[in-house]
Amino acid sequence: MPSLPDMMTKLDPSGAAGGSASAAPAPADALFEALLRLGDSTLILGHRVSEWCGHAPVLEEDIALANTALDLIGQTQLWLGLAAEVEGAGRSADDLAYLRDAWDFRNLLLVERPNGDFGATLMRQFLFDAWHQPMLKGLEGSSDPRVAEIAAKAGREVAYHLDRSADLVIRLGDGTDESHRRMQAALDDLWPYTGEMLTPDATDAAMAEAGVMPDLTAIARDWHALVGDVLAQATLARPDGSYMHKGGKQGTHTEHLGYILAEMQFLQRAYPGAEW
Amino acid sequence: MSREWPLWEVFIRGQHGLNHRHVGSLHAPDAEMAIKHARDVYTRRNEGVSIWVVPSAAISASRPSEKGPLFEPAESKIYRHPTFYDIPDDIGHM
Repeated sequence: MPSLPDMMTKLDPSGAAGGSASAAPAPADALFEALLRLGDSTLILGHRVSEWCGHAPVLEEDIALANTALDLIGQTQLWLGLAAEVEGAGRSADDLAYLRDAWDFRNLLLVERPNGDFGATLMRQFLFDAWHQPMLKGLEGSSDPRVAEIAAKAGREVAYHLDRSADLVIRLGDGTDESHRRMQAALDDLWPYTGEMLTPDATDAAMAEAGVMPDLTAIARDWHALVGDVLAQATLARPDGSYMHKGGKQGTHTEHLGYILAEMQFLQRAYPGAEW
Repeated sequence: MSREWPLWEVFIRGQHGLNHRHVGSLHAPDAEMAIKHARDVYTRRNEGVSIWVVPSAAISASRPSEKGPLFEPAESKIYRHPTFYDIPDDIGHM
């Protein structure tokens, strides 16, 4: 069990608050950071979606959500496994998942948003999938073959996630008055959390420069085109607010992540090394 | 539930199967969703290469009470079972 982390150095505001102003990190560090962003985002979203297990409105959707959660957790094992390898500090994917604290997580703020109702969960999934799919497509062409290989495997799963979430957003948006109202509310609520994944910081720029990861500005173009098309079909109004939350990629999270980690990490924290 | 989705029968053609086999049923609002649900519910372990869904209401079934008249006459016609032929060993499984 690790001792309590040194909060003063971890919370140094120059690293945690904005991130964009800091200089480009060294290549290996940047790759580790970038892999954590991918793996932590799939881990936290996978955990969030798994919270639906046994609670979805119908059995068929319950299983579909569980499948999605399991896909994401499976991808997490690969991304965090590679991150641990790149870090070279003897940690495993499990160590990274279960023994880090909130400020060490690099997931997007979007994926730690509470599930809300079924519509809000699907809207969050769609907004994420619409980024995840082109992102993985770009990663398939990575100059790092380990990254390309994981992306190719994950891409097949995520193509289905996107197909499903886009279809359901259209059906519910263009459904009854009640479903339309809920989907619009979910979209308005989540929209300010979509900027982070489309706006490169120094780490993203370093990865794009090295050809390891795609340029986020190109991903943003794909995302806007797809989201615009689906929202139009769903008869949902694209929010016009331009304020965007950020910080998740640099380790500054909303209050929700702590609760997720408390539940997710409890067992390994209480019984270090426990297996079954 | 009065607003429950209609029931669909699901048929899946397996990896090595030539024909679709009935695997179960599920609820879905329309055919497209029924196929998605079937994919999620019935092909989690890589079972299939093709899915059919049919509205359960579109299936006409024989009545259990007519079981006798429908099937019994065949029981006494043992000559319909080709068990009286000697099949050469080199034919193999027929």
